[in-house]
Amino acid sequence: MDFLRPASWEEALAAKAEHPTAVPIAGGTDVMVEINFDHRRPEYLLDLNRIGDLYEWEVGDDSVRLGASVPYSRIMENLRSELPGLALASHTVASPQIRNRGGVGGNLGTASPAGDAHPALLAAGAEVEAASVRGTRLIPIDDFYTGVKRNALAPDELIRAVHVKKADGPQQYSKVGTRNAMVIAVCAFGLALHPDTRSVRTGIGSAAPTPVRAKVAEDFLDAALEEGGFWDNGKIITPSVAKQFADLCSAACNPIDDVRGTASYRRHAVGVMARRTLTWTWESYRGARRHTEGAA
Amino acid sequence: MRVNFTVNGRPQEADDVWEGESLLYVLRERLGLPGSKNACEQGECGSCTVRLDGVPVCSCLVAAGQVEGREVVTVEGLADYARDRAEKGCARGACGGEAPSGTSLDEARNWQARGSDSQTGEGTELSPVQQAFIDAGAVQCGFCTPGLLVAADEMLERNPNPTDADIREALSGNLCRCTGYEKIMDAVRLAAARQGEAV
Amino acid sequence: MPSPKLSTSLDQGGAPTGAPTKITQGSQTKGGIGESTLRPDGILKVTGEFAYSSDMWHEDMLWGQILRSTVAHAEIVSLDTSEALATPGVYAVMTYDDLPTEVKNYGLEIQDTPVLAHGKVRHHGEPVAIVAADHPETARRAAAKIKVEYRELPVITDEASATAPDAILVHENRDDHHIGHVPHPNVVHRQPIVRGDADRAAGRADVIVKGEYTFGMQDQAFLGPESGLAVPEEDGGVHLYIATQWLHSDLRQIAPVLGLPENKVRMTLAGVGGAFGGREDLSMQIHACLLALRTGKPVKIVYNRFESFFGHVHRHPAKLYYEHGATRDGKLTHVRCRIVLDGGAYASASPAVVGNASSLGIGPYVVDDVDIEAIALYTNNPPCGAMRGFGAVQACFAYEAQMDKVAKELGLDPVEFRRRNAMEQGTLLPTGQPVDSPAPVAELLRRVSAMPLPPERQWESSEGADVRQLPGGLSNTTHGEGVVRGIGYAVGIKNVGFSEGFDDYSTARVRMEVIAGEAVATVHTAMAEVGQGGVTVHAQIARTELGVAQVTIHPADTQVGSAGSTSASRQTYVTGGAVKNACELVREKVLETGRRRFGTYHPAWATAELLLEGGKVVTDGGEVLADLVDVLGEEAVEVEAEWRHRPTEPFDLRTGQGNGHVQYSFAAHRAVVEVDTELGLVKVIELACAQDVGKALNPLSVVGQIQGGTTQGLGVAVMEEIIVDPKTAKVRNPSFTDYLIPTILDTPTIPVDVLELADDHAPYGLRGIGEAPTLSSTPAVLAAIRNATGLELNRTPVRPEHLTGTA
Repeated sequence: MDFLRPASWEEALAAKAEHPTAVPIAGGTDVMVEINFDHRRPEYLLDLNRIGDLYEWEVGDDSVRLGASVPYSRIMENLRSELPGLALASHTVASPQIRNRGGVGGNLGTASPAGDAHPALLAAGAEVEAASVRGTRLIPIDDFYTGVKRNALAPDELIRAVHVKKADGPQQYSKVGTRNAMVIAVCAFGLALHPDTRSVRTGIGSAAPTPVRAKVAEDFLDAALEEGGFWDNGKIITPSVAKQFADLCSAACNPIDDVRGTASYRRHAVGVMARRTLTWTWESYRGARRHTEGAA
Repeated sequence: MRVNFTVNGRPQEADDVWEGESLLYVLRERLGLPGSKNACEQGECGSCTVRLDGVPVCSCLVAAGQVEGREVVTVEGLADYARDRAEKGCARGACGGEAPSGTSLDEARNWQARGSDSQTGEGTELSPVQQAFIDAGAVQCGFCTPGLLVAADEMLERNPNPTDADIREALSGNLCRCTGYEKIMDAVRLAAARQGEAV
Repeated sequence: MPSPKLSTSLDQGGAPTGAPTKITQGSQTKGGIGESTLRPDGILKVTGEFAYSSDMWHEDMLWGQILRSTVAHAEIVSLDTSEALATPGVYAVMTYDDLPTEVKNYGLEIQDTPVLAHGKVRHHGEPVAIVAADHPETARRAAAKIKVEYRELPVITDEASATAPDAILVHENRDDHHIGHVPHPNVVHRQPIVRGDADRAAGRADVIVKGEYTFGMQDQAFLGPESGLAVPEEDGGVHLYIATQWLHSDLRQIAPVLGLPENKVRMTLAGVGGAFGGREDLSMQIHACLLALRTGKPVKIVYNRFESFFGHVHRHPAKLYYEHGATRDGKLTHVRCRIVLDGGAYASASPAVVGNASSLGIGPYVVDDVDIEAIALYTNNPPCGAMRGFGAVQACFAYEAQMDKVAKELGLDPVEFRRRNAMEQGTLLPTGQPVDSPAPVAELLRRVSAMPLPPERQWESSEGADVRQLPGGLSNTTHGEGVVRGIGYAVGIKNVGFSEGFDDYSTARVRMEVIAGEAVATVHTAMAEVGQGGVTVHAQIARTELGVAQVTIHPADTQVGSAGSTSASRQTYVTGGAVKNACELVREKVLETGRRRFGTYHPAWATAELLLEGGKVVTDGGEVLADLVDVLGEEAVEVEAEWRHRPTEPFDLRTGQGNGHVQYSFAAHRAVVEVDTELGLVKVIELACAQDVGKALNPLSVVGQIQGGTTQGLGVAVMEEIIVDPKTAKVRNPSFTDYLIPTILDTPTIPVDVLELADDHAPYGLRGIGEAPTLSSTPAVLAAIRNATGLELNRTPVRPEHLTGTA
């Protein structure tokens, strides 16, 4: 095993180009477990800890460019208003110690369906900034997950950052685990209201071979909200609409039975989380509307 | 490979390090600092918690090569670290936090360990949180203790007046199998109260 | 390969780094029994100085690695170690063929466990070969190069497959002492217990309630993984620094395999990171010694968490079938039950677990007509043996569920129904043995139900819901939606000490001398301090008995007689009793010396009852006769003596009758839970416990034990289970990622009410306390969840899918 310690992003890209099998290691929260338990013996470890740029974020007009290694604890603390869904998701990651080390880049690189960030990224809308010595490209999050623990990165590419759309409305995130802390998702659900485009986006974790959006459910809800004039009148979403949305979210799952839970439970739980997060976000949207109207 | 870094304020060099070794292994097997514990080696138990550039992390998940040039504090250095912090006031840590305390000052004053035996290692200088763990009966087998101490000390540095829910959240990455956590809660409340009293 | 540097390296190295040293405790305060003195190892443990078995280090040491079977049941067709042996840095590779003597098996009661597999493996993760190398990674890579060819056999995984007429036998040619009375060779042991006439009594019952229950496989999950260091000695022997629960039991199993007399296998207890039964059986002990003797170098073995799940036995999973009858006025008429424990591939402690499950199978209740049967199976599942509560835990889960069901059927309050049937002093157990010490079952239930209930909806705050206090916790699954509170009660009975005629003794060596102008006592036992605080209590006993301030606790090793196991809630009773006894003998000798030296100066030396207090010899009237420093002078007084509790008898193999137990421990719990009924997530809000401890020698430690035991019971109620694939008998979740134990956010406040009703047969009236709280905690939590959800819930742990109809 060789340990590569690039001091700059350019050096890292050059190393990755020279050794495409090199395994990037940043927070180490996935890679080191595999090494400690003898599940993996990469020829090269590519340490990204010395590349300071990866630990920075920039808040732009429309989106946040979030460095791949910004620890979850920093996201929780600093990006609660810009990226509320991702901040909530970050808070559910493992333990304080892990949140101090792990970042979104690792979640994306591993591309486990159980990664906590994925549903929030899917719901918010995001692009993954992938780079290689050949250049930089932005991969829409919807195209990023290609299979179980597979992603759209080329062998010579590294994740530089993720560009996440700034919240234009309430976002929520829920995750089910069989413990009240430090747990890998049995399943997870992210939901974002986008009042600017009058649309709703979702993300489902651990309930299909890859993280997925419940697109049929989104389309249904978009149409129902439009039809009922909900975005304008701010009425409570009718229980039948919420239930239909929840059922469609369940239907978007393609889960398996494993030691963490049954497929049947996962479908059920995603539905419950969909209904609850819709209720929470919509209540919040209505509250904000009332507040705005009151101010006006 | 060779790794140079600072542990508990002293520069250290480890040679012939295998590239897959963790910081935990280097501390325990190469630097003679076995205080950080090897309970799960998968980031699920917190017993290997150290501070890396001030931040609590699981040392089992830090590759040895990643600590080159960085600063590590382990349980063995906790007493010195706490003393430095006390002497320097708030220089090394945030002093924020205004939530109501879990244990009142009076409760802390009236608290007693019932019995005042001296112990092996008597005369050893302890940090307030170390002393509180002994006094409150938070130590049984003790294998989780070093990690809990590092995590609890860091939490009290950030949040000197934690609520019970704050303590539980901050220590949720540290498993203990002996105590049922009640005495650990007592210990952290006690350390917080004594800290408040000392200020 | 033999090391030419052997003697020099040992000379230079001496004792390995981390070898235990004496711990001295003492001060001006009295610090005797009944006080919450602090742990003598506390400072070492909070500074990171305390040396656990995995911390041992020796100049020039090698690392051992075990190759384990990847399948559960198979013949080994071929085994090729040549490539591993040729790996640079590898010093030895050993298989069954390299074992030095004819003794190739070990076991606590039945020697059925191969040191290394011989032609066959019987469970997933069985040791097949061992490697010693200069770095753990070298050892791992070498082990991976060992080529093993398996021919898989069908797996035995449950009672049906084990006892089918054509079932393949897990152990061929059994010749142990149970084979004569078991119904099938795949049954390790069977214990029926029959008293009265259950059939006739059933005729009097107004209600009859039946239930089938399943108890999942729990892991001890001690945090300090199996580990130790074996150092070869110049006399051809070996010195093993080890984390165990019973040094002498290990020694008895290790020495014959090594072909060494017991005095050439020196054992010293290294720091133990928890045990809970999981260190009663051997793990890496023999492997490390074999490699050390083969290479002539110190060998350290440390399991990682993955290997630890294969490295020790687990709590027996069980199927339990119960029938309870009762009259309208709330009196039990009879109980019939059948308890099937899965012992896995090797016997371990299965026979004794069967004895406990059967004899305590109906709980702390008065029932004259009982028909009980318990068996343990041999299967190809992971071996199961001792864990805190030992057979009584599984039974308590089932009989307490039954008690709630019967109460419901009768329309009675569950606590009231229990009270009407509660055992008391003098009650006969199903074995016909009278309970001859206080049995405050009704009182404990009264106390626990009288505690104030925690406030409702504690999660509500001015800023909205605090998810940390809700089911799901930080995962943000509910802000109060679907959350329903439930309350449940349970009570249990656990035997203390080794039962069924076992010669259960301990040994203590106590020395008293003047050091630096002060009388000091040294206590030397082989008791394994595993975290329970035995060392604290020994110092307290010595102070109380000998009137000294300073007590030195000698490291536990095999240079003193056996202390028995740190299990069965027995150490404070039995080794505490041995220390007390040895102190009394020392005191007599000291007084003899005093009479010899000073008897002529005061008549009280001859006539009065004399005590040692505050460093002085005093009369029972308080008059000081002499200073201990003067009495002892240059002389050291030392006594080593064995001490036994009252003998017990085996249970009759046909009827189960017999005075099999020596003492009992009772605890009751009230659980308050909040369940997210839609998502099936549980938050335990409070788990109150009342327990009779006889006499609290160290109240702080007593409460700590009760809270810890309670939490392990909580774990197996809602999350802890080793999941074994029924098709392959392979373990599916050997990690802390998927075997979950409670975090601090899962654990509620645990108020404890300690009752002290002396057992006159025991030293100071004390009771063993460590296990009882683990029994009733689980059924109390389950009862509370049933109360919240209205579901029947016949298995534990209960997982979200069981609460949502999605299993």
